[in-house]
Amino acid sequence: MNRKKLQKLTDNLTKNCKHFNRSEVTCLIKLFYNLVGDVAERPVAVVGLDRNAFRNILHVTFGMTDDMIMDRVFRTFDKDNDGCINVSEWVNGLTVFLRGSLDEKTKYCFEVFDLNGDGFISKEEMFHMLKNSLLKQPSEEDPDEGIKDLVEITLKKMDYDHDGKLSFADYEKAVREETLLLEAFGPCLPDPKSQMEFESQVFKDPTDFSDM
Amino acid sequence: MGVALTRSAQWTAAGYGTGTLEITPLNEEILKEIIVFVEHFIYKYPQEAKFVFVEPLEWNTDLKPSAFQSGYFFSETTVESQEVDKNGQPLLFLSVPKIKVRSFGQLACLLSIAKDTKLKEAQACIEGNRDPVVKILGSEFGEMKEDSIALNILNKIKADDDHENEIKMKIAILLKELDLHLLNHTLKYISLQISLNPVTVKKDIELLQSFSGKGEKTVLESIEYTSDYEFSNGCRAPPWRQIHGEMCYVLVKPHDVEVLCITCSTEGVFLNGGKTDDEGDIDYERKSEVYKDLVTLLKEKSAIFSENMSKQEFTFNEEQKNPIEEKQIKEKEAVSGKVITSSDRPKKNEISFVKTHMAKRLEPSLNWRTKVDFKIHKSSAKDSQEEKHGRLEKTRPSLSHGKTVDKTEETISESSSESEEDEGQPDHRQEANADLPSEYWQIQKLVKYLKGGNQTATVIALCSMKDFNLAQETCQLAIRDVGGLEVLINLLDTDEVKCKIGSLKILKEISHNPQIRRNIVDLGGLPIMVSILDSSYKSLKCLAAETIANVAKFKRARRAVRQHGGINKLVALLDCAQNSTEPAQSSLYETRDVEVARCGALALWSCSKSHSNKEAIRKAGGIPLLAQLLKTSHENMLIPVVGTLQECASEENYRAAIKAEKIIENLVKNLNSENEQLQEHCAMAIYQCAEDEETRDLVRLHGGLKPLANLLNNTKNKELLAAVTGAIWKCSISKENVIKFREYKAIETLVGLLTDQPEEVLVNVVGALGECCQEHENRVIVRRCGGIQPLVNLLVGINHALLVNVTKAVGACAVEPESMAIIDRLDGVRLLWSLLKNPHPDVKASAAWALCPCIENAKDAGEMVRSFVGGLELVVNLLKSDNKEVLASVCAAITNIAKDQENLAVITDHGVVPLLSKLANTNNDKLRRHLAEAVSRCCMWGRNRVAFGEHRAVAPLVRYLKSNDTNVHRATAQALYQLSEDADNCITMHENGAVKLLLDMVGSPDQELQEAAAGCISNIRRLALATEKARYS
Repeated sequence: MNRKKLQKLTDNLTKNCKHFNRSEVTCLIKLFYNLVGDVAERPVAVVGLDRNAFRNILHVTFGMTDDMIMDRVFRTFDKDNDGCINVSEWVNGLTVFLRGSLDEKTKYCFEVFDLNGDGFISKEEMFHMLKNSLLKQPSEEDPDEGIKDLVEITLKKMDYDHDGKLSFADYEKAVREETLLLEAFGPCLPDPKSQMEFESQVFKDPTDFSDM
Repeated sequence: MGVALTRSAQWTAAGYGTGTLEITPLNEEILKEIIVFVEHFIYKYPQEAKFVFVEPLEWNTDLKPSAFQSGYFFSETTVESQEVDKNGQPLLFLSVPKIKVRSFGQLACLLSIAKDTKLKEAQACIEGNRDPVVKILGSEFGEMKEDSIALNILNKIKADDDHENEIKMKIAILLKELDLHLLNHTLKYISLQISLNPVTVKKDIELLQSFSGKGEKTVLESIEYTSDYEFSNGCRAPPWRQIHGEMCYVLVKPHDVEVLCITCSTEGVFLNGGKTDDEGDIDYERKSEVYKDLVTLLKEKSAIFSENMSKQEFTFNEEQKNPIEEKQIKEKEAVSGKVITSSDRPKKNEISFVKTHMAKRLEPSLNWRTKVDFKIHKSSAKDSQEEKHGRLEKTRPSLSHGKTVDKTEETISESSSESEEDEGQPDHRQEANADLPSEYWQIQKLVKYLKGGNQTATVIALCSMKDFNLAQETCQLAIRDVGGLEVLINLLDTDEVKCKIGSLKILKEISHNPQIRRNIVDLGGLPIMVSILDSSYKSLKCLAAETIANVAKFKRARRAVRQHGGINKLVALLDCAQNSTEPAQSSLYETRDVEVARCGALALWSCSKSHSNKEAIRKAGGIPLLAQLLKTSHENMLIPVVGTLQECASEENYRAAIKAEKIIENLVKNLNSENEQLQEHCAMAIYQCAEDEETRDLVRLHGGLKPLANLLNNTKNKELLAAVTGAIWKCSISKENVIKFREYKAIETLVGLLTDQPEEVLVNVVGALGECCQEHENRVIVRRCGGIQPLVNLLVGINHALLVNVTKAVGACAVEPESMAIIDRLDGVRLLWSLLKNPHPDVKASAAWALCPCIENAKDAGEMVRSFVGGLELVVNLLKSDNKEVLASVCAAITNIAKDQENLAVITDHGVVPLLSKLANTNNDKLRRHLAEAVSRCCMWGRNRVAFGEHRAVAPLVRYLKSNDTNVHRATAQALYQLSEDADNCITMHENGAVKLLLDMVGSPDQELQEAAAGCISNIRRLALATEKARYS
């Protein structure tokens, strides 16, 4: 990619991006192309990270383990649903992922947790997400009972309109009241430690790119 | 019998030969057994009972001849038994008080006659006959040793085969059996007794220490070991005393009696001869009965101890119990269907109602204590005797393994400090499993998820738990009882920020409960929370600090915070200004720096109630930071900051620092706040700091007097009022401040507060008035506002701090003749006079000072003073006090009394001269001055001048002239002038070099001093001239 094109891209992305400054955006773009590979060779093809590559990043860099959540994070990043994350999706996704305000993160998390994307987190979805959260006790007759109970507890806590499922409004209200519930159904945001490592690594020396 | 008597019985150490049996439970037991033996002897072995002893058993008896009835010939002072031996000698012969008995039959009769005094007689008999076996059977039996007894017996039987010897043998064997029986019995008795061991003694002492100290509510003034060195076996007695079973010696100073020196030995505790003065050695001789433990002994010796102890009893017992016993008690209570009611224990807050309710309803399903001690508990629960074994069992293993010893000692030392109010709450767990509230089960379920869930489930469970009403004791205790506390504390030790936050949020709430606090400390929660204070997440720091603030409400917790370096970290939290370089991005769990500082201040406030912590805060550089924070305007921040300062201002170091850091200005500023709590703490801090003159001036300069005066009008909030009046009292020690207060009409308001106020307020109000009334205008104001009547009324109170202030205020008012007339009319002088009998020396002194202006200004003072029956004698006798202030004040009072000739005559008759003379050797300038004045007054009567000389008061008085105090010089010169009227005194003065000293005084600018010194010199000179004249003419 030539410098002019990159310049333009950076300008574009910086304009739309709230939480990164120009040099940071540059770094992210640079990182993106590093991850994707040498773009110059395939100028026309769809440029982006596919599901596996992205999951790999989530796993290695941000220590995420839950496959389903990682899938959902990918889908949330992939705004145009084309199965791969392009450079603007990458930068815009990371904005929220790394530095989003509470509201932005709330929205992001809700999207992640709303497995089928119908605007509600249903009991089934919750069950699905929580099913590995409890240590299975062999003594119990129904191993799922604990999970079901946990789902009920969560509903009781977060379902303000008592419709048996969580709307975004419910979710937002609950998070506002107790920030801890932001990642209520599994870690979908970087933990502060890996976030710090990532940022210090990527934004290490922005001057390197100034003359690209 | 011989062996038992020599080895087991406890003879007094003194004089082994003529020794007496000590009255110990063990000896009593032995004597009882002997009595039973003798009494049954006559039935079991009728033939042997008739056997005549080789020698009679002789002792002094208390029995009266008249007590003997049939079977005896008796006259007034003698009794002979009708039963006689072969030679016609009576088998029992009593010639008051000596009694001789020569057979078991007669011994048994005697015991039945003695009835109630059986024990005494048996004791006297044993004491009188140290080797009864020899006396009964002859010397050859006395020498029998255990090992050779059978052989001996055989030899005897072979040697002479007659009937008498056979009986002798039989008796010998019987006595031997008795001996064995006695030995066994004593052994059993000893093992039955819970003999004290070093651990229990140490625990007792530490407990008592924690209840000791100054103040009226403590049980003792002090209790300490005589030796700091502790041997590895836990004893402190020197090894050669340990052989006697003695473990340690303690010096106990109860409130009402002299210092007691107590020996703690395995058999019990008793008073010993006390410390010998010179080398600090202890006179080990036992001086009292043996008591089963320290508490029993002290209860016997000190009335105040036993009284205060009964107040503490519940707590104390609670403390003493080991966890297992605690559990046991629970069970017992459960069995008897009793439930502790809230009135049984000192209750502290509103939760007690819920508690009784709870006690019935909750069940300890995951009780951590029960698990640990389950085995022992089981074995010891059966009956009381086994209970004791159970306890022995428990302590013994702990002594054998080094590791466990440490552990027990740690718990012991910890429990020692659990004395504070909030720890008084008995730790009760619930037994009956009926009727548990639904919350209990829900919480139990949540704790299960906490334990078995991953991070996500844990956070959900924590958030859900937070929704319970955690302020309610049911929930607080439920969390603990299902084992939730351990889990919550464990979560703090993980890396999961969210889990830590959730856990701390819950801990913060439930730690309002005193029991939970104690449990958190027991579970080692504090060190973890202290380490969280280092976290990079501010909200975590905040929560940890807030939780520490809640937990550190009792001594042991505060100590734990300090010992784990918490004070330094908390102080560091205050330093929010320097961390202003905030990280650009704020993560989700961040809060503002101000909030961090606020939480730090909150925690420090809690911690600052311990002396060592105050010191630690100062060393960590907390004062400048607190001063910095004081400049903010957030009430939330100011209250803990000022609270901490106010707590710490009790230390001299702090007061100096507070002055240096210009904190007063901000304290004054915050007096104008709207928040009453803040005002209260500010006023309280000023109250504590204003002892210092410069501080008082600062308060005025920063305009603090006006808000203080205004706050007097808020009479509803008594705590605030007490703090404000206290501040006014201390501030009014400075004259300039008093003028301001008068300007602000504070004096009128203060007079209005003399009635219907709690004592804390009254003490301060009266104290303030006492200071204000040093000035004429204010005295007039007080009189005009009708303040004298309520003041005089307060003279009948009992609070000694109040009395000291009231007497001072009344005394100040009495300077005004008009006020004096009112005081006189209200019979105030009589009330003051009767306060001279008050047990507190402060009150006595203050009353005596107050009497001076009264006598001075009363109309017809002489008559008034005489009208108090026994009053003059009382005053004169106060000169025997050993308190300097009392002495000085009484001397001043005597000076005033002696102005009336008749009264002077009366006090002279009461021996005022020798008493004053005895005091003459003192270095206290205040006392010297008033003493000299009193002497000079008392010289005015009869031959008192001569008497002072005879009682050697003159020479010490001359030395007063070397003092640096002009007041002393003046008074002394006047006294010497009076004394110099007597020739002998002049000689003494001259011999002691008075002339040179007086010559210097003549040059003094003080006229009175000049005059008195000159007069004295002239008297001495005149005497010299007269002598010369007499010699040459």
